[in-house]
Amino acid sequence: MVASKTQILVIAVTLIVFGLGLTLYKSITLGLPLIPDQYQDVWTIESKVSFQPADGPVEVALSLPGDHNGWANLNENFSSSGFGFTVIEDELGRHARWTKQTLDDPATVYYKIQVYQQSRELASPSASPTLPKLLKLTEDQEKAFAFFVGNLREKSVDDESFVSLLLQEFLSGTTNQEVQFILNSTHVGKINAILQLLTFAGIPAHPIKGIELEDGRRKQTLSVLLEIYNGKQWVVFNPDNGASGLPEDFFIWERSDDAVLTVIGGKKSKVEFALVNNSLPLRTVISMEQQSNKFALLDFSIYALPVEQQGIFKGLLLIPVAALVVVFMRVFVGLSTSGTFMPILIALALIQTTLLVGLAIFLLVVGVGLWIRSYLSHMNLLLVSRVASVVIVVILLMAVIAILSYKLGIDQALNVTFFPTIILAWTIERMSILWEEEGGHEVLVQGGGSLIVAVLAYVVLANHYVEHLTFNFPELLITLLGVILLMGKYTGYRLSELYRFREMKKQL
Amino acid sequence: MINLISPKSLRSLGILGMNRRNISFIGKYNKRSNYRLVDDKLLTKKIAMAKGGIPVPELYGVVEYLFEIDGFLEEIKQRDSFVIKPVQGSGGKGILVVTGRDGEDFIKSSGVKIDSSDLRHHVTNTLAGLYSLGGRNDRAMIEGLINFDPSLKDYSYEGVPDIRVIVFEGVPLMAMMRCATHKSDGKANLHQGAVGVGLDIATGQSVSAVQNGVLVTRHPDTNAVFASLRVPDWDKVIELAAGCNEMTGLGYIGADIVLDKKFGPMMLELNARPGLAIQVANQAGLIQRMAIAQEIVASTDDPAQRIQQAKERFSNAALATA
Repeated sequence: MVASKTQILVIAVTLIVFGLGLTLYKSITLGLPLIPDQYQDVWTIESKVSFQPADGPVEVALSLPGDHNGWANLNENFSSSGFGFTVIEDELGRHARWTKQTLDDPATVYYKIQVYQQSRELASPSASPTLPKLLKLTEDQEKAFAFFVGNLREKSVDDESFVSLLLQEFLSGTTNQEVQFILNSTHVGKINAILQLLTFAGIPAHPIKGIELEDGRRKQTLSVLLEIYNGKQWVVFNPDNGASGLPEDFFIWERSDDAVLTVIGGKKSKVEFALVNNSLPLRTVISMEQQSNKFALLDFSIYALPVEQQGIFKGLLLIPVAALVVVFMRVFVGLSTSGTFMPILIALALIQTTLLVGLAIFLLVVGVGLWIRSYLSHMNLLLVSRVASVVIVVILLMAVIAILSYKLGIDQALNVTFFPTIILAWTIERMSILWEEEGGHEVLVQGGGSLIVAVLAYVVLANHYVEHLTFNFPELLITLLGVILLMGKYTGYRLSELYRFREMKKQL
Repeated sequence: MINLISPKSLRSLGILGMNRRNISFIGKYNKRSNYRLVDDKLLTKKIAMAKGGIPVPELYGVVEYLFEIDGFLEEIKQRDSFVIKPVQGSGGKGILVVTGRDGEDFIKSSGVKIDSSDLRHHVTNTLAGLYSLGGRNDRAMIEGLINFDPSLKDYSYEGVPDIRVIVFEGVPLMAMMRCATHKSDGKANLHQGAVGVGLDIATGQSVSAVQNGVLVTRHPDTNAVFASLRVPDWDKVIELAAGCNEMTGLGYIGADIVLDKKFGPMMLELNARPGLAIQVANQAGLIQRMAIAQEIVASTDDPAQRIQQAKERFSNAALATA
């Protein structure tokens, strides 16, 4: 017993010292700040170009985003297994080019970039505004163009109001006859049809292709904005809603007519983006990037992983911290929870939904679930079918909540899907048994305990510092392991026992 | 202001806390591989009858598979009273007590009438593992109903009172009678509001009583005064409980004993993780008693001697002078 206790003590202290030592080494020698100073949203964008083989040699050209659009480029990486690779810089901007003589199987090449926004101001395009060429129009089309443009010109005071009126007409679900005709007869798609109309009206314009930044998105595709010249300056319009101005969190990839991706000798090519947002102190990122080649320790950090995995690890690395909260609450406080680690999953879901909305959803789903479960209990079903039925009911409830909240415009509630369905169903089942066996009081105690632990875990996880430390210093997990081992040997009283044994006072 | 006791006072009284119980008592003296002997009540029953001739309630039958339920329902019609238990249940969950019949219907201990489809529902739930540790598949066992000693009738409401004895290596450490109340729905479960009455190890005389962590003097439903409670056949009860360590190979357990009108003390089940409320009911801590028990264990191997010494050293009179 004494031996095992000292053993644990030695192991735990070693782990704690080792983790702290590595952290301090990284912090002092490599200059990674322990306490984040100035935060900056750093986006890691991974573009994945995939295509299938066709006849002949393959040439893939991807235009690369330039620096001139308010975004600073921290670093970039290319992966090009088996392809010849060059980066070309000419008057049209930078292009990455992958080439190969023959291709037999579908292939994928990657380009990863880390960027942060320096300013929301767009530099003026270098080229002076010129009108692009107009398509050859048939007589009917020309009439329709002239009628449509003339009509809008009459209603508008200047070029800008003209454009916004025009975009209004093109909003999806339009019933305007001329718009339908123009779209159907030109066969060039909505954006190009709009560009043609602008050219016809004498307004210089070009598309902006870019990415709507959204943390954790995987198969994001390019979105298109329009930029028009109003005689004095360039103005950005969003063709999807007619609004002017550059939307927030929009990363500009290509600011001209040129195609972003051209594939010769391949078919079914497409480009998709995976996005991860890290709120990081710039100093950290810059020093990591500069030193990652020098120090193996950094080269083997989480940053070395592909973006998708980085995003997953960002969440995974938080789980041990939540586990620590659970251990603490059970061993030192003595709070009983329904299911040992259920509160962790609830806490992770709360991060996605925000606290209050998440709690409301949780209570609603469990409440309605309990009510339906109490009806199921009269039907005398086998346990497995009953739990399966509750799972289905939970999913239906989630769908109803998502649809209703979307219609009502409560966006956070859309994240209802982050709640773990099976865990919710089992929670409902257990609570319901608890209710039948031990009464509503015990349900309140355990349910309340679980929620308190979940909320505490959420408060810890949502903390900036915790995220900074776990992501940049994953070796702290070793320290955490040591701490949890030590907690497992705690033989003192729990806080709840000071209440439980209160009647022993009479013996003093 | 919440009424709390300081950790220092708890330590000076030798009160055992949950963390310490898990690490220094259960973790140290109970071998994991022997747990199944007490977690599986059928196994407990078997070894009790085989090894020590320890009396247990009569086993009417076991239902293991769903297809056996029809046969069971047919058979059970012959019986006036019986108890259905999950073989691997815990905390008294899933125990259904039938005390009488009304034509085709069965009368539960609470007086509520149920029919055979309710019985079927209960047994299928049991087999599916609803009441069992970890929710794994289980069996249902059907036992004879205990006709409890009429002298204890006033101390329990709508349910069988049982006696929990905590024993360490053949030394009885502490005992308590658990009395069902209206609030506990006829169950002798302290979590649900049953009353725990601490008992003098030497005599079976009550020491003090506790309900929901608060000391009480009378039964809330029957108004019986606990001070006058003295468990009959006490020596037999203690002897029965003390034999259970050797039988299971578990060093620190709680033995649940019931007193049957006809058969005397019987072992109902064993618990490898006995609760801590017994300390409040006895107004005494387990840590000192454990230290004394270790002295007793070191001094003698004879089971009778261990019991005798425990009675001497843990008797109320001895504790009062110490």
